[in-house]
Amino acid sequence: MKNKSFDISKGVDWTLIIVYVTLVLFGIASIFATTYRDESVIQGFLSFKTDYSRQFLYFGISGVLATFILLTDSKFFTATANVFYFFGIILLLLVFPFHTEVKGTESIIRFSGFQLQPAELCKVFVNLALAKYLSSIDLNFKKIRSQLIAASLVLVPAAITIFQSETGLALVYLSFFLVMYREGLPSAILVIGISMAVLVILTLLIDQNILAILLTVSALLFLYVTRLQIKRNKSIVYLVVSIWVIAVGVQRFAVPYFFSNILKPYQVQRIYATVGKEISVDTKNMSEEELKKMEDKKRAGNYNVKQSKIAIGSGGFFGKGLMKGTQTRYDFVPEQRTDFIFCTIGEGFGFMGSIVLLGLYLFMLFRIVNMAERQRSTFSRSYAYGVASVLFFHIFVNIGMTVGIVPVIGIPLPFMSYGGTSLITFTVLLFILIRLDADRQMTLR
Amino acid sequence: MPAFNQSRQYIIRIIFVATFIVLALRLLFLQLGPSNYDTLAMDNAVSKKVVFPDRGIIFDRKGRSILENTQTYDLMVLPTLLKGIDTLGICTILKIDKEEFRERVIGAIVKNGRYRPSIFESVLPIETFVQLQENIFRFEPGFFLQERPSRSYPYKAAAHILGYVGEVDSAVLKRTNYFYQMGDYMGLSGLERFYESVLMGQRGVRYQIKDNKNRIVGSYENGKFDSTAIAGRNLRSSIDIDVQVLAERLLKNKLGAIVAIDPKTGGIIAMASGPTYDPNELTGSNRRTNFSWMLRDTARPLFNRAIKGQYPPGSTVKPMGALIALDEGVITESYGLGCSGAYHGCRRPIKCTHKNPGHAANLRLALANSCNSYFSHLYRLAVDNPRLGGTVNGYLKWKQYMNSFGFGVKLGVDLPSEDKGFIADTSFYNRLYNRSWSSCTNVFLGIGQGEMQATPLQMANMLCIIANNGYYYTPHFISSIDGEQTTDTLLNRYRVKHKVTKIPASVYKTVQLGMQDVIENGSGRVARIEGINIGGKTGTAENYGIISGRREKLKDHSWFVCFAPIENPKIAVAVIVENAGYGATWAGPMASLIMEKYLKDTLSESRLKEVERIENTEIILPIVRLKRAKIDLLKKERLNKLQLKAQSPSVKKPLSTPTKNKAITQLHKEAVKPRNEEQVI
Repeated sequence: MKNKSFDISKGVDWTLIIVYVTLVLFGIASIFATTYRDESVIQGFLSFKTDYSRQFLYFGISGVLATFILLTDSKFFTATANVFYFFGIILLLLVFPFHTEVKGTESIIRFSGFQLQPAELCKVFVNLALAKYLSSIDLNFKKIRSQLIAASLVLVPAAITIFQSETGLALVYLSFFLVMYREGLPSAILVIGISMAVLVILTLLIDQNILAILLTVSALLFLYVTRLQIKRNKSIVYLVVSIWVIAVGVQRFAVPYFFSNILKPYQVQRIYATVGKEISVDTKNMSEEELKKMEDKKRAGNYNVKQSKIAIGSGGFFGKGLMKGTQTRYDFVPEQRTDFIFCTIGEGFGFMGSIVLLGLYLFMLFRIVNMAERQRSTFSRSYAYGVASVLFFHIFVNIGMTVGIVPVIGIPLPFMSYGGTSLITFTVLLFILIRLDADRQMTLR
Repeated sequence: MPAFNQSRQYIIRIIFVATFIVLALRLLFLQLGPSNYDTLAMDNAVSKKVVFPDRGIIFDRKGRSILENTQTYDLMVLPTLLKGIDTLGICTILKIDKEEFRERVIGAIVKNGRYRPSIFESVLPIETFVQLQENIFRFEPGFFLQERPSRSYPYKAAAHILGYVGEVDSAVLKRTNYFYQMGDYMGLSGLERFYESVLMGQRGVRYQIKDNKNRIVGSYENGKFDSTAIAGRNLRSSIDIDVQVLAERLLKNKLGAIVAIDPKTGGIIAMASGPTYDPNELTGSNRRTNFSWMLRDTARPLFNRAIKGQYPPGSTVKPMGALIALDEGVITESYGLGCSGAYHGCRRPIKCTHKNPGHAANLRLALANSCNSYFSHLYRLAVDNPRLGGTVNGYLKWKQYMNSFGFGVKLGVDLPSEDKGFIADTSFYNRLYNRSWSSCTNVFLGIGQGEMQATPLQMANMLCIIANNGYYYTPHFISSIDGEQTTDTLLNRYRVKHKVTKIPASVYKTVQLGMQDVIENGSGRVARIEGINIGGKTGTAENYGIISGRREKLKDHSWFVCFAPIENPKIAVAVIVENAGYGATWAGPMASLIMEKYLKDTLSESRLKEVERIENTEIILPIVRLKRAKIDLLKKERLNKLQLKAQSPSVKKPLSTPTKNKAITQLHKEAVKPRNEEQVI
């Protein structure tokens, strides 16, 4: 028993923990700056009724959980990954009978004072399950079948989340494709993915017919340029033609279908608002209530972004100082504790502060990638990349949204946004990685 | 297991870095790029509240305030806090019904939004205010009372002098290069306007932080940028408010003007124009209604006849004729003329009221008896003075004299829109008589008729010149500004002595003695005051009006000008009563009362009776009276209707404020527009 005594700090990556604590404290300070209202600070912190004190409490809970995770044997995670995955799926499904509608979302389970957003928590389980699958000893990831299984591991919870009207959270699951890419998913898929994204953005920006003509012209041009190679190899023609067919098909049919049938009208309008376009949605078949809801959502989205841009823009180079920002101090930016927390930094600390924060996040991401690459086992590496990808997606979309280059998608800024589920999820996500990394010499499956 | 896709980590790192660079560039553009985000943030969160200073107070010569500030109150509403308020209670106090209540609240929301207070009822009448103040706790916090400084006139007098304030309109905003702001008050007429720069004080600004619902949450930066309001400075005037009140009483039910000046300083003691109005009528909530009724009054109460009324001076101009002739040296004091009841020097004889020989044996006698022949002749002598070479030059010289006496030019009193009267130019006669005219053509100028008009102020000023033996100070109301600095240049021109002729004092003495004779045993006996030597002159001015398109001779204007005491002049008075007949009938007694009140400070019992008699006499041309009566009737009907309406209120559609202000400005311009030389009735 004696020599089994366990040193919790052995192999633990303290740098990452320090960055983590810094970010959380940064977040609490920002929440404090926007919600503090002249009450006694000590009382405010002790009462747990103010947002900053609650966040502090969540931080405490996170700390306890983190300690537990660090005390857990790494093998526990590989062993239970699949169980947790199914547990997560069941939680997601439980939402449907038990959900309470909070602020228009249908993704929260409430029981006796607690509330839980399984879609948030599920990210951890999916990451574990994906890592588990990718590290299977008999896996040949070059097979299409394996790739499809991996993709569906990720896409099933995403689909369920979409049905809960949480498109934003569902999109997060797409970031796991970065993990698969690292583990051998063909580059072509990444290229195709990026090309598709570019095509969709072009569809938003350019008129349908003009874009179709442009695509046709560029295809013909490409054929003309490569006419010598074509003489030797006819398959280029088929390739170009099929690319052209797909591109035009996406641009003319898929995107409009997706916009009009799958996305909600307010989402469509938010997306167009981001590229600076106002579009009218077909409102013929909508009830008056739906119409009003759509208008409200659209206005809220536009107002948020406008006020958020004003807040960040007015920060200037050095900022106005924490708690001196008029925009964030007087509630001009809605959701500024949660999704728009970055405004507080932008206004209070200006360009300097924003860049420091971005730098901190980038440092964290690089640190995680470094850690991933030093793992002996595929499981740990894959898991680490999962953590990096999820964090990256959240950071990019959240900050991009506050500065107006990404449509308004309600996902939190990791470690900083107010909210228990979010903070705890990211903590668990990160500390499992730290635990795995502490055992980086082990081979885990 | 060897990581065979290891190189892919770099692609992923590149993706991370690239994305962060995009975010950083976007931040760079937002936070450091050319933009107005900080102004937008300021506009969002900081509201600028203008604090209005108290306007300066105007005191009379004895230090009594004749124009003060009072607090009036507006009932404000905050629509967002109206839930559960005793609506019926408010309605009962304000005497409105629920429908009206609802409409006003909706109006307030439309105008200022739910979270900002709007005026529910402005300038509460005192009874309503008292009732509300007692009960306001029942209606708080949805309703509250807000102070608003306004002007009040404790003596209810001097409306024409003091003028009034009103909200600035867009034209003023543009003209002053937005020195004023929407909602500011400024002096629109009278002293309020002339001394606006002194009276207005300095606005203060308070910056306040508001939240996303426009609620004020505190001061901005602890008031670092705030500035306090600096009250306007007070003015000390030469007005004697008792005399002013008396003058206005005397002019009651009459058309005319009284001007009294202290000759030694040029300070105006009283200036009244009849009919006048209570200046309090043009403050508060009834201002617009009262204003429009006054505009429709054919007797024109808004028209200040003392500086804008232009009348032929009649015989009152004769002392001037004497002075001109003496200064030019065409006569001496002993110059006499045999008059047998008319002047025959020109083609048409000019009638004289006296026939007895010797009534114009010398200047003093001629003046005392107001001999028309004598002064017609004097005028011709002066104009045809051979030394000047020809009638035209002679006339020009005469005109020059008149101008230097202050006729035909603006004196420069400290009121806006003074008129200059009329002294014809030679070109006027050239045009009229095809260049062939002589001293006979306009011989009537010698007796103050014909192509000559003067304002009552000019007449009073003329008396000052005579009383002072040849000099005057530009007539003015304000003698000093409290806390006067060298940068205050407004008063400088009232401290310059204007010397008029080179005639020695002894010659003035003769004219003065002649004028004393007028009072002692001439036409002005009515103006005598026990124990005070007065110099005066009556005048009876012929005048014409156009009645339904025909030029008709109207009843003569009654003039009286005087100064007293002769030995040491303290007051010079000019009185005109339109269409009141002989100068001695009405203008004389009025001038006498004014002098007595000023010099003795009180009026005896019998004199007070005289005041009452004059006050209660109506002297208004029948045709004017008729039209006035019609409008009065209309006004009564309208008021009755309003009262009925108040009992059973219905939808009221008030004009928007800017439109109203514009209309009032327009009406104001019309009200002070001078009349043509002949009144059109």
